[in-house]
Amino acid sequence: MKIQFKGLTVAMIAALSVVACGKKEESQPAAAPAAPAVPEVVVKLGHVAPLTGPQGHLGKDNENGARLAVEELNAKALEIGGAKVKFELLSEDDQADPKQGTVVAQKLVDAKVNGVIGHLNSGTTIPASKLYSDAGIPQISGSATNPKYTDQGFKTAFRVMANDVQQGKVLGEFTTGNLKAKKIAIIDDRTAYGQGLADEFEKAVKASGGEIVAREFTNDKATDFAAILTKIKGKKPEVVFYGGMDAQAGPMAKQLKTLGIKAKFLGGDGMCTPEFIKLAGDAAADSQYCSLPGMPLDKLAGGAAFKETFTKRFGGEIQLYAPYVYDAVMVMADSMKRANSVEPAKYLSEIPKTDYQGVTAKIGFDEKGDLKGGAISLYQVKDAKWAYLETLGGAPAAAPEAAAPAPAAAPAPVAAPAEKK
Amino acid sequence: MEIFLQQIINGLTLGSIYALVALGYTMVYGILGLINFAHGEVVMVGALVALSVIKALAASALPGPVVVLFGALVAVVVCMLLGGAIERVAYRPLRHAPRLAPLITAIGISILLQQLAMLFWGRNYHAFPPILPASPHSVFGASITDVQILVVVLAGLIMLGLTQLINRTRMGRAMRATAENPAIAQLMGVDINRVIALTFVMGSALAAVAGVMVSANYGIAHYHMGFMLGLKAFTAAVLGGIGNLPGAMLGGLLLGLIEALGAGYIGDLTGGFLGSHYQDVFAFAVLILVLVFRPSGLMGEKVSERA
Repeated sequence: MKIQFKGLTVAMIAALSVVACGKKEESQPAAAPAAPAVPEVVVKLGHVAPLTGPQGHLGKDNENGARLAVEELNAKALEIGGAKVKFELLSEDDQADPKQGTVVAQKLVDAKVNGVIGHLNSGTTIPASKLYSDAGIPQISGSATNPKYTDQGFKTAFRVMANDVQQGKVLGEFTTGNLKAKKIAIIDDRTAYGQGLADEFEKAVKASGGEIVAREFTNDKATDFAAILTKIKGKKPEVVFYGGMDAQAGPMAKQLKTLGIKAKFLGGDGMCTPEFIKLAGDAAADSQYCSLPGMPLDKLAGGAAFKETFTKRFGGEIQLYAPYVYDAVMVMADSMKRANSVEPAKYLSEIPKTDYQGVTAKIGFDEKGDLKGGAISLYQVKDAKWAYLETLGGAPAAAPEAAAPAPAAAPAPVAAPAEKK
Repeated sequence: MEIFLQQIINGLTLGSIYALVALGYTMVYGILGLINFAHGEVVMVGALVALSVIKALAASALPGPVVVLFGALVAVVVCMLLGGAIERVAYRPLRHAPRLAPLITAIGISILLQQLAMLFWGRNYHAFPPILPASPHSVFGASITDVQILVVVLAGLIMLGLTQLINRTRMGRAMRATAENPAIAQLMGVDINRVIALTFVMGSALAAVAGVMVSANYGIAHYHMGFMLGLKAFTAAVLGGIGNLPGAMLGGLLLGLIEALGAGYIGDLTGGFLGSHYQDVFAFAVLILVLVFRPSGLMGEKVSERA
């Protein structure tokens, strides 16, 4: 890792030494008189997401989340290991392409970053995680949900979002339980994320007594789904599930309506965006549902404030993962603080011990690096907006073993809101 | 049966759009022997320009179809200027250069247009305002929207008009002469610079129309939309026989139908062994087969040997 000690101007030295002496008299008795200047250390955080291409809007949203966190950390002027820490964001574009993902990962490894935030897609995160692991660089993703990412056994891989096993299970049980659907059609976009989520959803549906009447596929660049939807129409499903992102889900909702398919439309975190509503246009209706790990921002302490700061800073709505990415940066900084070091080798061992109240959830990791507990919130379209419906799944700090029997009991408490309709 | 009919409608809609874009590729190839890889981006610019105009006017009291027509007209004009400019800047200075050089500038222009559009229109998706009637009509159990009918009919009319233009008018004769042999055509008094520029301008106008159709039908426009569409349309042009106008139309419609029927029936035909993710594989397999048995494409035999 590269530490840059920057020469400070005389005036700043004077100002800082006063501050430093005033604040940290007891902790640094030796350092203060010997060197009046607090050295500055630059911590390079790599951030990777698709900044161009069909998912460019989500990638930029992630980057904004990370940028906001870095700016806030810098404003706080943290001191770690006796040095004033300045965070620097190295933002890279992987175009949601696994090949490009490893190229930019190598670039970040070569740049000797202190940690990596990202990537956005599971498909790019998984191959890149090997490079970070080999280089011993901690990686926290705010949005990669495929279980494989943490199943590889890398000590450096973490995520601050529930994985597809947790999410697929909740979605599957919601479909057969709350929506009382028996015949279900599944479409996925053949990415590591879409396919992974769809597979877990299928398992959960089958386990809870549902029948999969069609399993169709598209890709993450398509806009025409008429052919597969027509085929699905012939199977008369009650629910159509889509594993993929908003840019496909929006037009898909529209085409479902055009083709006269009355089934409910359901998806995971990838379509839980304002962009989906915009693209679905007049097809956005209350028969559409999505899920997002964690609790809605408005329900969490600091969530509303985060929303406001974000909108003020970047002049636009939060798309999707920005708060999770923000938390990822904060968790990394928090671990550095506890380890009192910005060296990857030193603070890595502190990450698993994380107990941090973020804007999306209370964050802690299990032995694999997955988010502990992993509550999943469901949303339904109401008046052209995603409206919060209910939260299912694990208690905030449940152990992974305890989470397993919980879903059996889950349908019971959620039966009430379903009847309200 | 209604499922089959629906798949035919799906295929025809998609195929008409492919065909319109494919015409742009094939016209330029027919005259210059050049594959204009920036053509897909012209479609994208057309869609985004039209959408910006339509969005600006959506709040006005004008009826929806008038607004869309106005947006389409603006897009056509902008794209014609753009097409002419691309030809002037990127291709004319390289007309006598080795063939690889204009191919590289074509790709360069394509990337440039994409990035400029990203800067101008942003990374977000743009939604088509709901000003056109969206409720589908039912035809023998299959549903079809007004927009879909318009796409197919308009594409048909444009292709018909274009064939007439090429075969019946003085300008068309000049184009055919230039395609056959630019040097001799010039000796015969044809202003080939004008003819070539006009070919680009016309192709770009078609691209603009196709762009408006795509965004009206799918309700979506994005700076990246031209890439995949351009690739598919290029495939359609090759399938029909690149350089041949009726071939581009046939190739486009055929590709649309193959994709729709492939995605709809491949799973049932193979007993679930292959699914709809083999849709593109299916389409490209047909392309390869056609090229193996008819290397110049389905209707390619009329392509003139170039000097």
